[in-house]
Amino acid sequence: MDKSTFEDRKAIISGPMHGSLRHDSAHKHVTGTADYIDDIPEPAGLLHGALGLSDRAHAEILSIDLSEVAAYPGVVWAFTGKDVPGVNDVSSNGSHDEPLLAETLVQFHGQPIFAVIAETRDAARRAARLAKIEYRDLPHWSDIDGALANGSPLVITPMTLHRGEPETEMPNAERRLRGQMRIGGQEHFYLESHIAVAIPGEDDEVTVWSSTQHPSEIQHIVGHVLDIPSNAVTVNVRRMGGGFGGKETQGNQFAALAAIAAKKLARAIKFRPDRDEDMSATGKRHDFLVDYELGFDAEGRIHAVDATYAARCGFSSDLSGPVTDRALFHADSSYFYPHVHLTSKPLKTHTVSNTAFRGFGGPQGMLGAERFIEEIAYAVGKDPLDIRKLNFYGQPGSGRTLTPYHQEVEDNIIARVVEDLEETAEYRSRRNAIIAFNRDSRYIKKGIALTPVKFGISFTMTAFNQAGALVHIYQDGSIHLNHGGTEMGQGLYTKVAQVLADSFQVDIDRVKITATTTAKVPNTSATAASSGSDLNGMAAYDAACQIKERLVAFAAEKWNVTPSDVVFLPNRVRVGESEIPFPDFIKQAYFARVQLSAAGFYKTPKIHWDRKAGRGTPFYYFAYGAACTEVSIDTLTGEYLIDRTDILHDVGRSLNPAIDLGQVEGAFVQGMGWLTTEELWWDDKGRLRTHAPSTYKIPLASDRPKIFNVRLAEWSENAEATIGRSKAVGEPPLMLAISVLEALSMAVASVADYKVCPRLDAPATPERVLMAVERMKRV
Amino acid sequence: MNDSIRFILNGEDIALTDIKPTETLLDFLRLKRRLTGTKEGCAEGDCGACTVLVGRLADGKLAYESVNACIRFMGSLHATHVVTVEHLAGRDGALHPVQQALVDCHGSQCGFCTPGFVMSLYGLWLMKEKPNRQEIEKALQGNLCRCTGYEPIVKAAEQVSRMRPSALFDPLERTRSEIVARLWAMQASGTIRIGNGEDRLIVPASVQALAEILSQEPEATVVAGATDVGLWVTKQMKRLGPVVFINHLSELQSITESEDGVTFGAGVSYSSAFAAISKKIPALGRLIDRIGGEQVRNMGTIGGNIANGSPIGDSPPPLIALGATLTLRSRQGQRRIPLEEFFIAYGRQDRRPGEFVESVFVPYPKETSRFAAYKVTKRRDEDITAVLGAFLLTLDDAEIVTAIRIAFGGMAATPKRAHNVEAALIGKPWAEATIEAARPAFDADYQPLTDWRATAEYRQLTAKNLLTRFYLETVGAPAELKRFEEVA
Repeated sequence: MDKSTFEDRKAIISGPMHGSLRHDSAHKHVTGTADYIDDIPEPAGLLHGALGLSDRAHAEILSIDLSEVAAYPGVVWAFTGKDVPGVNDVSSNGSHDEPLLAETLVQFHGQPIFAVIAETRDAARRAARLAKIEYRDLPHWSDIDGALANGSPLVITPMTLHRGEPETEMPNAERRLRGQMRIGGQEHFYLESHIAVAIPGEDDEVTVWSSTQHPSEIQHIVGHVLDIPSNAVTVNVRRMGGGFGGKETQGNQFAALAAIAAKKLARAIKFRPDRDEDMSATGKRHDFLVDYELGFDAEGRIHAVDATYAARCGFSSDLSGPVTDRALFHADSSYFYPHVHLTSKPLKTHTVSNTAFRGFGGPQGMLGAERFIEEIAYAVGKDPLDIRKLNFYGQPGSGRTLTPYHQEVEDNIIARVVEDLEETAEYRSRRNAIIAFNRDSRYIKKGIALTPVKFGISFTMTAFNQAGALVHIYQDGSIHLNHGGTEMGQGLYTKVAQVLADSFQVDIDRVKITATTTAKVPNTSATAASSGSDLNGMAAYDAACQIKERLVAFAAEKWNVTPSDVVFLPNRVRVGESEIPFPDFIKQAYFARVQLSAAGFYKTPKIHWDRKAGRGTPFYYFAYGAACTEVSIDTLTGEYLIDRTDILHDVGRSLNPAIDLGQVEGAFVQGMGWLTTEELWWDDKGRLRTHAPSTYKIPLASDRPKIFNVRLAEWSENAEATIGRSKAVGEPPLMLAISVLEALSMAVASVADYKVCPRLDAPATPERVLMAVERMKRV
Repeated sequence: MNDSIRFILNGEDIALTDIKPTETLLDFLRLKRRLTGTKEGCAEGDCGACTVLVGRLADGKLAYESVNACIRFMGSLHATHVVTVEHLAGRDGALHPVQQALVDCHGSQCGFCTPGFVMSLYGLWLMKEKPNRQEIEKALQGNLCRCTGYEPIVKAAEQVSRMRPSALFDPLERTRSEIVARLWAMQASGTIRIGNGEDRLIVPASVQALAEILSQEPEATVVAGATDVGLWVTKQMKRLGPVVFINHLSELQSITESEDGVTFGAGVSYSSAFAAISKKIPALGRLIDRIGGEQVRNMGTIGGNIANGSPIGDSPPPLIALGATLTLRSRQGQRRIPLEEFFIAYGRQDRRPGEFVESVFVPYPKETSRFAAYKVTKRRDEDITAVLGAFLLTLDDAEIVTAIRIAFGGMAATPKRAHNVEAALIGKPWAEATIEAARPAFDADYQPLTDWRATAEYRQLTAKNLLTRFYLETVGAPAELKRFEEVA
């Protein structure tokens, strides 16, 4: 019960910045009244669409016969790529390599070839199975090995990072070794599958509700396929049932198909693929194969690194360029490489085009770096944590601050984060106890690992680092907030509303959060790269500042005081000696004809990037963290348990500690899934066989660490002038889960008395753990 | 009155005379009633976003269970009370304590899975006073959340357990006696028949009626829990022909315990079987806990798991090892066979036209025997078996193996005995050297396949190692990882 007094309430607003406010939709989530797109009442006469998918991995299409499809009861229209009025392409990067509907060539099993529109979803789905398509099969390969063996082309120009003299310095290293690591992909498994509803309007207009992280791109793509300007397309999204990067570009096809049919038939159209179609026809996290050569000294200090990052990109480029770039940007993890050469190899495969997924290549790059550390630790016979610390970036002036992409690490707090956690998690004593345990335990083995996170914040495409917001204050003092960010559960709407409440010093329930729409804030970037609150929080703050400036000028003039005598206090404004309730103050401003609306804007300062040269400052700042995980494995079956995880994570000065903690815990468990039980499996026909939760296993409540201690680094504050000195939180904590893989690895290594690096690849399914144990037995 | 499916939806009496046999509860709720709080996440009973409670009378008492609306057919709802998330909050909009706890603990992020979690937690809260972490995790095995990492949801379950159901704020507590009366009044007086031709839905009034119906319609699909058959519809879009529902038949839900064993009616759910079996055969209880999620265990039946003959069904291997006997029934009468003989080949069982599985008798292991069942999966809970091994061992006083029955799932086209391994062990001292020597016999018994769950190599190696695990357990050196110490 609220026991605060009136004076208390006067003293502080509800929902200020840095307060642990609940998610703005929490009460709607728990009552089932939060509307996702499939829950919105349907316009009269709405029709349903279904996809017709390829059942070949790589083939020429000789003919498409849709007569039975069209004849199925309830079917209104069946259409192919030829029926696309504009350009039959939904590629997100303008490279025109991703047809909306394949016309002459299919390049993966599950690629959309046609679409069916019917009176019911059931009819559309059933009809979609009746097409007769003739193919001529072509050679196909689903994975990196196949791509390399077949000399597969690259989907985009690769990137190289180079610093120092790796070519000449590698041979000078005291010790050298080569190795290889396989890193699996990951399905997003947002609980709400993709969905789009298109409602035709007058002339060329169309309104689309899309479960998307990137409304502006949906707008652009819909215009592109319909051959109409962007000003005819409005895209809305109130919330997504999860995104994780899977809805950055992958919603394009559903929105485009719905819009085409809506304009053709003059009816509202809904496309809601079922889970299997969603998982078959949309992209995932990239798998990587990292080939590395390391040069280091007898102490374990890295001298030179040379590594290649081959990635399964799928059939088109999509976001594979920036994803593989980001893998390289994080191939250093938290470590200084004196001499370094890193190259990406974005390989074409006959699989669905891989895409953004929380971390965006960064996790794969970092995981590779942690393998480097392990290799060196086993080679020199030391605790991997000691090798980590030995190789951390130094403080400015140490000569150990330059990244492989020539950006200085200026805000380094990794040593402090790691030392804090090492102590609170009692890493050293527990490690000793585990080594003793392993000596006496024949079949059950334990492992522990403490791993760091350093993650660069900003889109590496500089132009994307901009955002807009639209703020209105109505005559009654209620505030309407809109910005370009989208809500997918991460609490962005709540955080930006807190910024606004704080700026005007009003209770947060005075702020109405409204659906993201391209009609209110144009040219937005995807809500991605963890940047949502950094960018949109600042844009909203800018809008608030503009309005406040006008209000202050108005008050100063009206009541004849200096501007500094106009102060926004909780739910009231002090003008000179008198205090005016906020709504009354706003009413007066309205009568004085003060503009109570503003469009805010923000662009991230300081950043620039030259991809060709591999040089620049792609990141505004870094977010840090560390995790310590203890596991037990069963060396008879490879089964394991996560016994305990301790986390210390840096979010700067948190905008909302409750939401940030939720992001950290959730990201860790999602990362844990990626590295343990989540395995994508294609058969020899190139067909994804793990396309539903019965076969694709994300973590359950009973998989999370049995003891789970999570803290935010309360002492941290962003060195850069971000909103409230906070830091981005969406992606960085995913990589805390690397501690799980490393702990499993130590448990495996115990079988051979820690003499060799077990080279445990990801995902470390029970099978992979058991097979690694078997390898250790043969050492 | 036998031309309609009648049930209570939240507060309202529903009578449906025009429904298809494969219409799901989820589509009914969302499309026909616009109760959109219940979500579709996977349409296969694995994610729990569609969780609702179904209350039914069992032995005159009203019990509510969480189920997956996505694979629950409408025809199986006669005389039940369906409760959706919309029913929980008070009329004044006040949140139910379960809902409030989730809000207080920050248990929702994207919120799409949340109504399903609310219903699973609600089901737990109604059933269990002060659940421990193990019981909470068990109740949540059938619910996926991709955002939170679950910690706040588990905390919410703990927080709400401080309150107990009261008519003051709990809608089901308030209406309990009234609902019982309404459900009594709904009991069918005879067999319910709806629809024509292929689209017929039949709810027989008794087992006798079921036998009669199947003798006339041997091609009809018999549906109990629909946790497997449901997917034939939602995923494969199969037409099932006439569907005969049997989940309501109390005669098939009997659990009869005797000196030497227990007989489960074909309609006994995993949840009900667990309660009866976990004390007598703890290893089987632990195994049942790892079949599906709570919703699937509430719907799915041991009889269905046997009748569908899957090579990776989890109950046949342990039941075969225990020496279970199957009773098949038809209009002509009953037939009893050893369970292992029921499985002929992949997709083929010894079930004659018009026959149905009536019950299975499971003998208790003798006090001198040791029994164990181990399920190995990629993910510990709610996963389909990669390898499942079951062992029943009898030693004489000199520690010589006098009898051993070993059966595996996931290793062949059917659940299958390891006769060669058994032969390699019988008459030998129960010692590590014997176990080692028996390992190659697995290669004679099984030639497993590679698929997305495991490679053939892993399956074979793990099968061998499970024998080692069993040995270690019998000699008091258990080597199995357990997240919690023991089943309650």
